[in-house]
Amino acid sequence: MHELSIAIGIVKIAEDETAKAKAKQVTKIELEIGVLSGIELESLNFVWESAVKNTVLEFAKKEIDIIKGIGKCLDCDTEFEMKYVYDTCPKCKSNFKGILKGKELRVKAIEVI
Amino acid sequence: MCGTCGCGSENNGPTILKPGEHIHAHNEHQHEHSHGEHSHSHQEEHHHHDGHTHSHDHNHKHKVLEIEQDILQNNQVLAARNRGYFEAKNIFALNMVSSPGSGKTSILERTLTHLKDEVSFYVIEGDQQTLNDANRIDAINIPVIQINTGKGCHLESDMVYDAVKRLNIKDNSILMIENVGNLVCPSMFDLGESKRVVIISTTEGEDKPIKYPDMFYTSDICIINKIDLLPYVNIDIQKLKNYALQVNPNLQFFEISATTGEGMDEWYKWLKSPS
Repeated sequence: MHELSIAIGIVKIAEDETAKAKAKQVTKIELEIGVLSGIELESLNFVWESAVKNTVLEFAKKEIDIIKGIGKCLDCDTEFEMKYVYDTCPKCKSNFKGILKGKELRVKAIEVI
Repeated sequence: MCGTCGCGSENNGPTILKPGEHIHAHNEHQHEHSHGEHSHSHQEEHHHHDGHTHSHDHNHKHKVLEIEQDILQNNQVLAARNRGYFEAKNIFALNMVSSPGSGKTSILERTLTHLKDEVSFYVIEGDQQTLNDANRIDAINIPVIQINTGKGCHLESDMVYDAVKRLNIKDNSILMIENVGNLVCPSMFDLGESKRVVIISTTEGEDKPIKYPDMFYTSDICIINKIDLLPYVNIDIQKLKNYALQVNPNLQFFEISATTGEGMDEWYKWLKSPS
């Protein structure tokens, strides 16, 4: 259940930024999570409530921007959508690819009061 | 709740112990500040938000802060610090990951026993509870430190940072970090290691690499252990390797048995001059 560590990492970032801005509370938090990031959204949602309890995020609305996985074949340069890190190139079946998008795990923005 | 290890309460935070040490003496672990800070100001904020749901047209000023910060940044910064330390002292650090019971500690025992006269070794053991693994390593006279993660399911770079400080590692050594037995969570946490070694045993089923792809994707070396059991188990090693290569075409394999010693020579050779 590393999602708990991730949720607590998000709380830490929100606490720091809120303090820096001399604000009191976060009303909305925007996250970017790639499908290849290794995070189970269901697990993150499951631990969210207990992780944000008694923090600036307790009443924040959580918006998650899910980022599709995009890979580029190193053998034939084809760009293709990836659902799993082991997806192979649909054109030449090569296993060698670079992941262009989908590993994101970021706090994009917070809205504070 | 602990900000770093994800443990449920302060008493369950990570503890770092050498064999023979007692838990009480080292209770003041680093993360405890954050427990405190988390809890204080929030009572007031509760009041703030009573009846907050309906509208915002009174004087609350909303401000959007564009942060764009990587959630794992803290872990990565400390991992980079560990890595710099290892490089400066020419310490070859291995992060050994696998599911529980694949033979990580047995591989370590055999390797250390065989090479300890030629190579200077240090070991960090990660488990949720007990000093059992550290005691096994201590029994062969290798400097070892145990990290107990409590409720945590993986090691993080700050725990390794603290453990390394207490190990006083000599230059030109090999540091073996045995992660918590878990094929999922440790994959996301860089410890600053030189190479990541994933271990899978022949009793586990050949499709494990695609069932738990993240761990195989982030590893450099794949050790297939318990090959002495091949006559008794229903596994196709080639298929296992193909699955693993599908996830990570750059993986390098060693097929060994930590029990009989079969295949270990190749692994020793690589350890002494990794390529």
